[in-house]
Order: sequence, then structure tokens, then C-alpha cells
Amino acid sequence: MAILETRELNKWFGGLHVTSGVNFSLKQGEIHCLIGPNGAGKSTLFRLILGEHLPTSGQIVYEGVDITKAKSFERIRKGISVKFQVPGIFKALSVRQNLQIALQHHRRPEDLDEEIDRLLEFLKLTEARAQLAGNLSHGQKQWLEIGMAVGLKPRLLLLDEPTAGMTPDETAATGEMVQALNRDGVTVLAVEHDMAFVRQIAHKVTVLHFGKIFAQGTIDEIVADERVAAIYLGDAHA
Amino acid sequence: MLRPNPLSRAIALLEGPQTQGRGTPFWASFAVVVAIACAYPLFADGYDVGNNVYFFNWTFMALGLSLIWGYGGTLSFGQTAFFGVAGYSYGVISINLGDAYGLTLFALFASVAAAALFAALLGYFLFFGRISGVFLGIVTLSVTLVLERFMAQTAGPEWRVGLARLNGYNGMGSMPSLTVPWFGGDIVLFPDVQLYYFTLALLVVSYLGLRILVNSRFGNVLVAIRENPQRAEMLGYDIRVYQLVTFVIGSAFAGLSGVLYTSWGNYITPASMNMTAAALPIVWVAVGGRSDLTTTLIGTLVVLAGFQALTIHGSQYALVVMGVLLVLTVLIAPRGLIFGLGTFLAKCFHHKTTAGRE
Repeated sequence: MAILETRELNKWFGGLHVTSGVNFSLKQGEIHCLIGPNGAGKSTLFRLILGEHLPTSGQIVYEGVDITKAKSFERIRKGISVKFQVPGIFKALSVRQNLQIALQHHRRPEDLDEEIDRLLEFLKLTEARAQLAGNLSHGQKQWLEIGMAVGLKPRLLLLDEPTAGMTPDETAATGEMVQALNRDGVTVLAVEHDMAFVRQIAHKVTVLHFGKIFAQGTIDEIVADERVAAIYLGDAHA
Repeated sequence: MLRPNPLSRAIALLEGPQTQGRGTPFWASFAVVVAIACAYPLFADGYDVGNNVYFFNWTFMALGLSLIWGYGGTLSFGQTAFFGVAGYSYGVISINLGDAYGLTLFALFASVAAAALFAALLGYFLFFGRISGVFLGIVTLSVTLVLERFMAQTAGPEWRVGLARLNGYNGMGSMPSLTVPWFGGDIVLFPDVQLYYFTLALLVVSYLGLRILVNSRFGNVLVAIRENPQRAEMLGYDIRVYQLVTFVIGSAFAGLSGVLYTSWGNYITPASMNMTAAALPIVWVAVGGRSDLTTTLIGTLVVLAGFQALTIHGSQYALVVMGVLLVLTVLIAPRGLIFGLGTFLAKCFHHKTTAGRE
């Protein structure tokens, strides 16, 4: 069953057709990676799903409900959560307070402290809980934001380049986190450039090019597809 | 596990990551300061007591701005607009209703409510129209200046509401002072001592109430919006509602200042909403340390006292000094001079106690 579908989704910025008739379906329970060269329209598709941009035409359906015109915070309340490319954390607040703000709306007050402690341990941030979030290492900031996104108990988690700027060890640990969340039933849609990471986590891969779906399949099928290799080298046009 | 007693539970509500000062030393100092403030009229003359009431009057507006700007991250130049709306409303209502039966207290509540309503209306268009940053500052400043211009042209006899003449640039006067109905005769809060205690009590209640608010779950979301509005929204919070509620509460505090000021001096003029008046709250709050209620309060009282002393001795130079003070704050201690001093002292104290243990 599809948890998320886009139907004939189009987005124009002035004369630029950034998202072009995208019919995309995301199965419940899968980890799906979106890849594509720079300017392929990956981030725009993300922003359309999040409600940061409204589509010029087309429809977005989440769990069978049309959310095309819903406000961003309404989509989040329906069970969608996001981790941005640049860590979207509250830098001047402590790590613990960052998580508290994410969790307080969804937990009973008596459960809050325990839940935060559990999440801190999962994120390997127990030692750093009293630090200001702005003083964390880049990788820790990324984890903290994943923690904030996960703290909402989402059914669909959107990750925009979750491993950008991470060391190989941090990338591998992030992959394990994503897989652990997926085992708990969270569907994941990730935009990613790091092919090793995509290989580690993805059940299915979609290649976007010039705002259109160019190819879809498993990572092995995508890697074997010569047309995909060509667009990354700049030889093909959709 | 021991159950905390009611006092420690109450103190726990007043403390949190959003406010400086916690634990027994802070609250003991707080009690001492309040005790000294209560004892002050016993050894000061009437003029000085009245002058302190004048200082206290402005602190509500500053606390409100600290909430909107320091905690919520929205720079509003409109505090003086709400100050003026409430001040004029108090004049109109109290002149028409008189001061019997505690009706001036009704006028106080109604005028603060009028300021809050005006803030709700303006804030709705600002926040639901997604106006933020410098544009919000420009719109709020414009509203203040438009109100000033409007009130300045109400000199003619046709500009009256019932018995109350608006009087244009000369301002509205002769409204009654706040009066509390009491057994055996009303207490008129005009003699300075009574008004002093009334204003002091309001100030203590407002300060503690705001401390509870900013350390609550609401306060958590508020600082989250200040730090990163996009992230706050992507945690499922309708940030427009939080911003609007904050704006209304902060503006209502400016309204309270307006009523107290009008009642204290029995007059209000359009000049209370002019460019200078609109800029001064920004200076008080920035110099003290806008992101903390305590530093805002101390900073406002210190700057007001300094400003008055300078005005007496140096006339218009006082305003230039205010400008210099703002620039220095931005350059030396962007989080506020009092805030910086507090942090410095806390560090020294912490360093000493750690050194003592080693």
C-alpha cells in the first residue's frame, strides 16, 4: 500500500519547469532514496511534499488523504517528519531542550524525561545533553536533528542529504539509525548523493532528471543502467 | 522519593532554561530587593517615591517587549502605539464614567483590553500574512507614527467622546486617578505612597507571571521560533498562533504602562507615540539584555534613572547618550550590558567556588 503518492505534480518557478508531471508512489515500510544530478528537482519535490511550496498543478496524497493544500504544520501533525540538509536545530538552546521542544507536544509530561533520555542514548548524545546545540560537531548536529524528527513518532520520515559533511564512520552509524527506525515501522524517503550510503539503506531508488522521474529500481538495477550513468556525466537528456 | 513541598513546586515553575537566576541565593536576593522596595517610602520623600512610580510605569512596556523581541525574536516598534491606545482609552472611559464605585479599575481593565484587541487585529494581519523581520518593525513603527499624527490633529471641539475632549497636540488631561473602593471610603491612588505600592505589587506579579510563562511549554516553543522558525513549524507547531499570542500579551503590557502613566500624571499626549518614544523602549531592553526578564527589568530601571539625570543636567544631550549606549551595546555586549555583566559575575563566582573546592 502506498503511504504517499504524487499525481501529475507540476511546479513552475516563472519560466522554469522544476517539477514536471511527477507520478511518484512510496510504499509503506520501505526506505526509498531519491537521487539525481544537481538541479534535478529533488529538493523541490521535498518542499512540495512538506508544503513549503504549493504545486502549480497536481495532487499529493498521504495515507489516502489529499494534503495538496495543507499547511506544513498540519502535514507534520498527520505523521510526516523531516530532517533538513543544513542542520535545522535550535543552536542557542541545550541539546536536551532541543529534544524537549520536539517531544513535548506528543508525550505526557510524566513520560517526557524518560523518553528524552532514551532518545539521547539512541543518538549517542547522552554525554552532550547539557551542551548548547550550536557547539556540537557537524555529525552530532545531524543526529540531533534526526532525533528531533524521530521524536514526533512519524510514520513517514523525509531526510534531505542526512549524511552531508559526515565522516565515513558517522555516515555508517547514520545508516544504522535509519535502518533501526525503519524496522520500527517508519517509512523513509531520503535525498542522497553518497552512493555507498544509498547502497547501505535503500530498498528502492528513484532517479530524477530535469524534474521528471528518469528511472526507478533497486540500487543494483540503477547502477547497471547506462542511461543513468550518462546523465551523471552530462551526456543524456530526458 | 520525597514529595517536593508546595514552595519548591512553586519555585520550580518560576525557574527554567529561559530565565537567569535560580536557587536559594537568587530568591533570597529577590526577597531582599522586594523588602527594600517596600520599605523605601518610609525613608524617602514624596517626590522621590512618585518619581519611582514613574520609572515603574515604564517597566511593564519593557517586559512586554522582552517577551515579544527577546524571547519571540520579533522586533516590534509598536509598543508605544499600544501604550497610547490604552492611555487614551483610560482617559475617555474614566472621564465619562467617573471615579466612583471602582470604575477607574474597570477603565484600567477595559483600556488594557482595548490595547490587546488592537494588537490582536494588527498582529493577525502581520503574522498570518507571514510578515517578519525588518518589515514587521517598519509596519509597527508606521502604525505608531500614524496614531501620533492622527491624535495630534484632534484639537477641534468636534473631537470628543462623550465628556472627553481629545485636545490634539496638547493632549488629554483631567482624567481621574485610579481609585480602589474600600470600606470607609475609596482609596485614591494619587498620593504617591499608595500608587507606589499598587504599581510595585503589579510589577512583582507581572515579573513572576512572565517568568512562569517563558519557562512553560509555551515559552519553549517561543524560543524555538526565535532560534529557527522553519524547524519549529516542522515540529508541528502553528508558529503564527504562538507569535500572535505573544504579540498580544506583550502589547497588553505596553497598554498597562499606558494606563498607569496616564493615571499617574492625569494626562496623555500624542508625543507619547512619537519617534523618540517608540525608540526608547528598544534602547532600555537592548541595553539590559532583551532575552532575559530580570536583566530587562534592571536595565530599564538603570537606563531610565540615568536618562532622567542626564535630562536634568544636559537636556537634549540625553538622547544622544541613549544612541551611543545602544551602539556600544551592539558592539560590546550584543546580548545586553546587564546580561553580560551578570554572566561575567556568574563565571567569576563559579570559578571561585570551583577553585575553593580544589
